[in-house]
Amino acid sequence: MLERIAALFDFRGSVEYLPDLLFAAVISVELTVCVMLIGLVFGLVIALMRLSRSRTLRIISTAYVEVIRGTPCLLQLFYIYFVLPAFGIRFEPFAAGVIGLAVNYSAYLSEVYRAGILAVPRGQLEASQALGMSRRLMMRLIILPQAIRVVVPPLGNYFISLFKDTSLVSIVTVKELMFTGQIIAATNFQYFTIFTIIGIIYFSLSYPSSLFVSYLERRMKVGYRRKPSRLLRSPATEGAL
Amino acid sequence: MIRLEKVCKSFGHITVLRDVSLEVQKGEVVCVIGPSGAGKSTMLRCINHLEALDSGTIYIEGKPVYRYIRDGRLVVDREKRIEQIRSQVGMVFQAFNLFPHFTALENIMVSPLHVLREPMAELRPRALALMAKVGLSDKVGAYPHELSGGQQQRVAIARALAMRPKCMLFDEVTSALDPELVGDVLRVMRALATDGMTMIVVTHEMGFAREVADRVVFMADGVIVEEGPPGEIFSRPKNERTSQFLRSVLQRREELGEGTLPSALGT
Repeated sequence: MLERIAALFDFRGSVEYLPDLLFAAVISVELTVCVMLIGLVFGLVIALMRLSRSRTLRIISTAYVEVIRGTPCLLQLFYIYFVLPAFGIRFEPFAAGVIGLAVNYSAYLSEVYRAGILAVPRGQLEASQALGMSRRLMMRLIILPQAIRVVVPPLGNYFISLFKDTSLVSIVTVKELMFTGQIIAATNFQYFTIFTIIGIIYFSLSYPSSLFVSYLERRMKVGYRRKPSRLLRSPATEGAL
Repeated sequence: MIRLEKVCKSFGHITVLRDVSLEVQKGEVVCVIGPSGAGKSTMLRCINHLEALDSGTIYIEGKPVYRYIRDGRLVVDREKRIEQIRSQVGMVFQAFNLFPHFTALENIMVSPLHVLREPMAELRPRALALMAKVGLSDKVGAYPHELSGGQQQRVAIARALAMRPKCMLFDEVTSALDPELVGDVLRVMRALATDGMTMIVVTHEMGFAREVADRVVFMADGVIVEEGPPGEIFSRPKNERTSQFLRSVLQRREELGEGTLPSALGT
């Protein structure tokens, strides 16, 4: 019995498939970065739509967020990879994975942005309006720069949880870390070693990231620093500051 | 310069302004006093459309603005025009509302730069001059959180002035300040009045009102109860509400040991 358990801890055999797992980890990171980049932009668009004065835009964006949040991410991935082809829309596994996760994360990230924008004190809005700023100008120069400070730590946390959630796209046969592990395990049955190594890989990438996020969190609390602001540039005066 | 005609405003079923009519001439300094909840701030906020009117009309430089009846039809101004009017009406708030992510100088420059599209080469010296005018030449690069309340409020005044407004609205600008900082802000406002700026000042500083105002308006319960030259309002109020209010304000001063009636009214 003991011998069998001791044998489990023999990781020498893993040399064979370790390169495959590391390569798969790179795919996982790529997925994370792609999804996050899309989500950051699209999430902001959704948030601005939800805060817009146009009723139509508000309805569309609210419906989007509610539907996405009200259904499992796994189902959304299935939909994109298995259902859409019935309508003649086909994606490569990687693309389907990115789209599925991006659709999902955009909804959640938009809520983070929205909370951040709404957290900017009302007085800031009124002061901008009293100075004759248009809504667009006020958003760009006054509201968003302040909202960003509030929003960076929660965005960082979503980034980390996204990295782990990329394992979901194994379901649409993207050869990321989880799926690769399953394939290898199906051939050599070394479940313990394979999935332990995968766990170590996930953790050793997530943990430093979470340390970095808490560093950012602390920095954001310090307050506004003395540094020249780049926000005061306008097309008319580019280079004057 | 500014004329309010039968302005009404309510929040839900609470009426805040009831048929308020007021006319302010160019270069005139009007101080608005009255108990809290009288509608003083709301009236001010209606003038630059931070609050929308329910009925009545506001005229700025003789022209009706925001929403008005023309040829028997209701006209609602476009966003662009409202912004344009606002850019000519400076406003200073009780809570300063400086932009925390900009330095003092940037706070002053941001709006002229982006709204008026004034070239930096002209704007920067002008902004520096404004900082000097409010006595803060040494604080140009400071962020709002590095400034005292009085300094922040003076930056806020300079920020409003940077738009070259035709008139200025002051909404209880000294109420949030420590007593010893009030003087610096009032000094800046006094200088502004001397320069001939048209000003509507909602204030609890009776001394300032008495000394600087051309006219004092007493408001209570959403209506203008009484208005007239400061000497008249403070010494011989016609309305019982006015004298009652002034008595209670001055009594409080005395309790605080801030002098007797004449000195509290004076400076």
